[in-house]
Amino acid sequence: MATFKSKTDKGLKPLNTASLPDIVFMLLFFFMISTSFRQTERVVSVKLPEATEIAKLDRKDLASYINIGTPIPAYQGQFGTDARIQLNDTFSTIDDIRDFIAASRESMSEADRPFMTVALKVDETVRMGIVTDVKQELRRCSALRIMYSTRRQAENNSF
Amino acid sequence: MAKPAGDINAGSMADIAFLLLIFFLVTTTMDVETGIQRRLPPMPDENQQAEVEQINKRNIMVVLINKNDRLFAGGQEMHITMLKDKVKEFITNPANLPDLPEKRENDIEGFGPVMVSRAVVSLQNDRGTSYDAYIHVQNELVKAFNELRDEFSMQHFGKKYDSLDEDQQRIVRDAVPMNLSEREPREVTTRRR
Repeated sequence: MATFKSKTDKGLKPLNTASLPDIVFMLLFFFMISTSFRQTERVVSVKLPEATEIAKLDRKDLASYINIGTPIPAYQGQFGTDARIQLNDTFSTIDDIRDFIAASRESMSEADRPFMTVALKVDETVRMGIVTDVKQELRRCSALRIMYSTRRQAENNSF
Repeated sequence: MAKPAGDINAGSMADIAFLLLIFFLVTTTMDVETGIQRRLPPMPDENQQAEVEQINKRNIMVVLINKNDRLFAGGQEMHITMLKDKVKEFITNPANLPDLPEKRENDIEGFGPVMVSRAVVSLQNDRGTSYDAYIHVQNELVKAFNELRDEFSMQHFGKKYDSLDEDQQRIVRDAVPMNLSEREPREVTTRRR
């Protein structure tokens, strides 16, 4: 086995690594606090459009997500390449939204329910028809607070 | 008395911590949810569908995106870069032209009378409009309103809207209301599955 022979026999002390765990734990706690677990697995690919006038969603726990986009390649044989709606982990239709909204409302406390926000994560290539249908369904379910999820625009460019 | 135990070897502590750290790095996300927040209008009651609020024609600006992502605003085709200024000019009506929106004096609590524009921007889109174009237009419209709010608060409070306190923000919101309506889609019944 290869060992590192110290050339200095004059008694250079080994580096004190006693504080290394402390540093790493500090990093660990930082990441534990500032991040959140991935909740769902995407079955549709979504590339969010860019915008400048964006607001931060302050209560992530009050948000429910509706993804709309083309199915990821693994599912394209089964579901085609047309834009689909994803609720939770599965492909869904417009009619499933009602149950989905009801279930997310149910999981929140009574006081938080009016503040529920539906975040629409829609791929930028999707046509508005399907988005309009989803919005109409949300209006019917009285889930009126919505957010069009967007990325922060890097530089000014137009479509 | 027992022999005092030697130091516990803490050399592997760092390894354990690194392992945990890497686990958290891999399984968590840090992305902040950002986006354009809007409020949908409530669904009209089926019994009272007939009574639609009549808005004076001069107060409405129609912004239309057709299925080829071409933009029409106020009756003429335009590029998206011009939209914001057009909307701002429409809302403020600086020269008090008769074909631009009227203003009405509103007494805002804690501030006093302000001339509030009655302008409504109506955004319409086709089923074939791309989402990207739609969001860009939404963004420009929201930007127009935000800039007007900033201008108003700079003028009266000497600060940007974001740095005002809550009460002042309410005043600015009342003085520059965000009247951005999305038209009822025409064919709701013929859904595409």
